[in-house]
Amino acid sequence: MNCRSEVLEVTVEARQVEEAMLALLHTILLHRSTGKFHYKKEGTYSIGTVGTLDIDCDFIDFTFVRVSSEELDRVIRKAVSEFKDALSNSGSDGMGQISLEFYQKKKSRWPFSDECIPWEVWSIKVNVVNLANEQERQICREKVGEKLGEKVINVVEVINRHEYLPKMPTQSEVDNVFDTSLKDVQPYLYKITFQITDSLGTSVSTTMRRLIKDTLAL
Amino acid sequence: MDSGLSPQDKKDLDKFIKFFALKTVQVIVQARLGEKICTRSSSSPTGSDWFNLAIKDIPEVTHEAKRALAGQLPGIGRSMCVEISLKTSEGDSMELETWCLEMNEKCDKDIKVSYTVYNRLSVLLKSLLAITRVTPAYKLSRKQGHDYVILYRIYFGEVQLSGLGEGFQTVRVGVVGTPVGTVTLSCAYRTNLAFMSNRQFERSAPIMGIIVDHFVDPPYSSHRPDGGAFVGVQDSQEVFFRYEFNLPVSPSSGDDDSLSHSGDGRRDEGRRSASPSDPVEALNAFTRKIGAFVNKPSTQVNHTSSLDLPFAAFAPRGLDSEENDPMVQPPDSPPCPSPLQASLHSQGSEGSGPQDDFVMVDFRPAFSKDDLLPMDLGTFYREFQNPPQLASLSLHISSQSMADDLDSLPEKLAVYEKNIDEFDAFVDMLQ
Repeated sequence: MNCRSEVLEVTVEARQVEEAMLALLHTILLHRSTGKFHYKKEGTYSIGTVGTLDIDCDFIDFTFVRVSSEELDRVIRKAVSEFKDALSNSGSDGMGQISLEFYQKKKSRWPFSDECIPWEVWSIKVNVVNLANEQERQICREKVGEKLGEKVINVVEVINRHEYLPKMPTQSEVDNVFDTSLKDVQPYLYKITFQITDSLGTSVSTTMRRLIKDTLAL
Repeated sequence: MDSGLSPQDKKDLDKFIKFFALKTVQVIVQARLGEKICTRSSSSPTGSDWFNLAIKDIPEVTHEAKRALAGQLPGIGRSMCVEISLKTSEGDSMELETWCLEMNEKCDKDIKVSYTVYNRLSVLLKSLLAITRVTPAYKLSRKQGHDYVILYRIYFGEVQLSGLGEGFQTVRVGVVGTPVGTVTLSCAYRTNLAFMSNRQFERSAPIMGIIVDHFVDPPYSSHRPDGGAFVGVQDSQEVFFRYEFNLPVSPSSGDDDSLSHSGDGRRDEGRRSASPSDPVEALNAFTRKIGAFVNKPSTQVNHTSSLDLPFAAFAPRGLDSEENDPMVQPPDSPPCPSPLQASLHSQGSEGSGPQDDFVMVDFRPAFSKDDLLPMDLGTFYREFQNPPQLASLSLHISSQSMADDLDSLPEKLAVYEKNIDEFDAFVDMLQ
């Protein structure tokens, strides 16, 4: 099974990085989260309800929708904040990429650890620019807002192709498909990683792999 | 053809599509109310949240949607449309978007209704939530309130996009295949909003008053029976200045009071008619934007005696009569101070009450030195500002000479005819 890979590119000012990333990551997660599953005895399950929230950006003329889950928001914000710090500390021309990968776990026998098989990867390439004056910043606010709108339309387009999605799991398998650690919503298993391109653009100077969910520790 | 569809599935599918249509309308209308939407996630299912999404049901909207559907379902050739339009406070309206829920013939027979279709409809609603914040009408709807409001209209049947103007764009939210057809959700939105920004300002009346007697005889003429000041060219200047500074020109008939002060040849622009003349009334009837820090309109606009003068509020109070006003009737200076000063004092002389203490400063032209030289710039300006009219330019004399010319014309013609031979010889000589 092939992994679907989508790339989105945005050019933003340094102070807009956080909100732009949040907007796109949350838009994707909105579509890739369901309500909490409640399995019943007969093997059927019922699904909880997902609420939504409008978030206005402060540095961009844009409003995005995210799921109403403070826990999820915290996790995403933490990852984006780390990405932003890495980007500003790199000191280079401000290019980086943050990836949101949806994967399935495949249990292997001991001593092999579980395999993580990605089925959808979203890569958001970021190019940070510096602007000289307030007028340019104002124009940037609007332009980035429009660009993010286009990206949201791209995301929606891809998702509505209704290509491969993991099968709905049985109760025993649910943790191989979904992240069940949150109280109110249940996104598909995902991980967020990022890379900062150094000024030469040749090699990756920093690569961080973070597992948001620590269930792989044996 | 739903031969492959079990009755239960068909029933479920119809229900899904019906509630999908109702929820679609709710999402769209709520996204245009101008407020941020916030609903809570709930891990324990209540059973009443369709598509596992917390979308509130505004009763009027549901009622409207049900009324438009009239028991039918979106089908092939029968689309459900939500039209979003903008209406200004002056009554202009403009269509901004049309959201269309359509069904086409492409069927997906193998799809599982109660499971896959349901989940995909849920994803489509989420996409709708995201896309409704992205189209241009969202920003407009967040700013509605004072100048305009956003309205919605639900209709069923043929899609009508003609009201969206030229160059409208379409964005597809998504599709879901079902055994009876493919559900498509899309939005067509207007891009040509230029109309709105122009109209918005056209509708408010022009700030400048239209002076109707701009090219008519000036109010004061040297041949007035009451011996008013001879003004001539000064008047055309006066009219010009008045136009420029948005002063109304009141008809001279009401001005006997003011003329009594101007017997010695000084142009008296000061007092204007106390009774509102047409331009004043018209001006007051215009809607005007009230600037910052300005007193409440009622204290200014409703003064029938107040003039629509710029900075009128800054004119000092307490100048009840012009006789005491040194600026209007300076003891030794030439006929008239600058029109701006005069106009400012006219406000004060009416006795109407602006509250500010704005001190009037002597007229000092820019860059002029102190009054040490016999003729400084200020004096020069005052003296030569209103020169008397050239005799040849006066209408009366020129008309008189014209009349004389006309009278003498037949005589002259007779003389020329008599001497026609001489003229012919002269012409021959020249050739």
